[in-house]
Amino acid sequence: MAQENKQEVTTHKIGVYLWIWGLLFVFSFFSYMVDYLNFEGLLRWALILLFMFAKAALIMAIFMHLFWERWTIVNVLLWPMSFILVFIGIMVAESEYTFFTRLFYFVVGT
Amino acid sequence: MDHVTDKLPKGLSGLTHDLGSDQTAFKKVPWGKAMMWIFLLSDTFIFSCFLISLMTARASTTVEWPNASEVFGLNFFGVEVPLLLIAIMTFVLITSSGTMAIAVKFGYEKKRKLCAWFLLLTAIGGLTFVGMQAFEWTKLIFHEGIRPWSNPFGAAQFGSFFFMVTGFHGTHVSIGVIFLFIMARKTWRGDFDTARRGYFTSMKSNYEAIEIMGLYWHFVDLVWVFIFAFFYLW
Repeated sequence: MAQENKQEVTTHKIGVYLWIWGLLFVFSFFSYMVDYLNFEGLLRWALILLFMFAKAALIMAIFMHLFWERWTIVNVLLWPMSFILVFIGIMVAESEYTFFTRLFYFVVGT
Repeated sequence: MDHVTDKLPKGLSGLTHDLGSDQTAFKKVPWGKAMMWIFLLSDTFIFSCFLISLMTARASTTVEWPNASEVFGLNFFGVEVPLLLIAIMTFVLITSSGTMAIAVKFGYEKKRKLCAWFLLLTAIGGLTFVGMQAFEWTKLIFHEGIRPWSNPFGAAQFGSFFFMVTGFHGTHVSIGVIFLFIMARKTWRGDFDTARRGYFTSMKSNYEAIEIMGLYWHFVDLVWVFIFAFFYLW
């Protein structure tokens, strides 16, 4: 059983990295185009998030080798990040409240 | 491949097996790599806090937020190109991430010199990035008059978030560049083939160190992806 922890060394074909590199270039170009072509509103935000998550996923899965790691470390690393979403939710509510009170007091006065 | 490790169950049953094995949980992960990942997870939370407070400040101010597309525009032969420098910085950092991934591959294949060359390329890419960032800061501070407490474009919080977020990221890049140069030298000298002891930790090391270095460097690139989206594009 002690040997279970023995490390193995696998390398991947250089083509894998070149492909991902190319895809990251393409996605970056697309997200730059979102700004260049002046997309507005929901479309802009959706596209920004789409390309951002696509790039992040490629970097983490392939460049950082998470795709080839065992599920234990993948789960231990990724689940805590869901707390970020909770924090975003809390702060959205908080900032809307702040915005409202500011507007209220700037208009009505103290 | 080791025939013993091949017998480990994969996927979900692998997860329960690893965690319930009453042994080390992260099987086939060197301890240095696990520690780097845990550090990166904590760093993720630090950058998340910065970006979430950016969101909070931006959503709660009644003054209009500066248009990043105009603030970071570059006059290129008389034509105003939005975000040009930032786009080039993005491509440079992605390229250095690609060379880093290839360096890790060559390291594990024990191609010492190729690995060192690609580490050096990565370091030069990072240095280029920091150089362009220094140019950007100089332009914004001395020509545009952006300060942490005020700026001519809109909401006063803009400056403090710009310096805080890009500054903290730039610090990460700079530290990475220093370590990339150190690792390139160690690799070139053959430290990882001869298991020469490090001058600082006095521990033997091997090519896993390149992968751990790579994790840090890809993380820096990863953070930039989010900064690019939330600070410059949003």
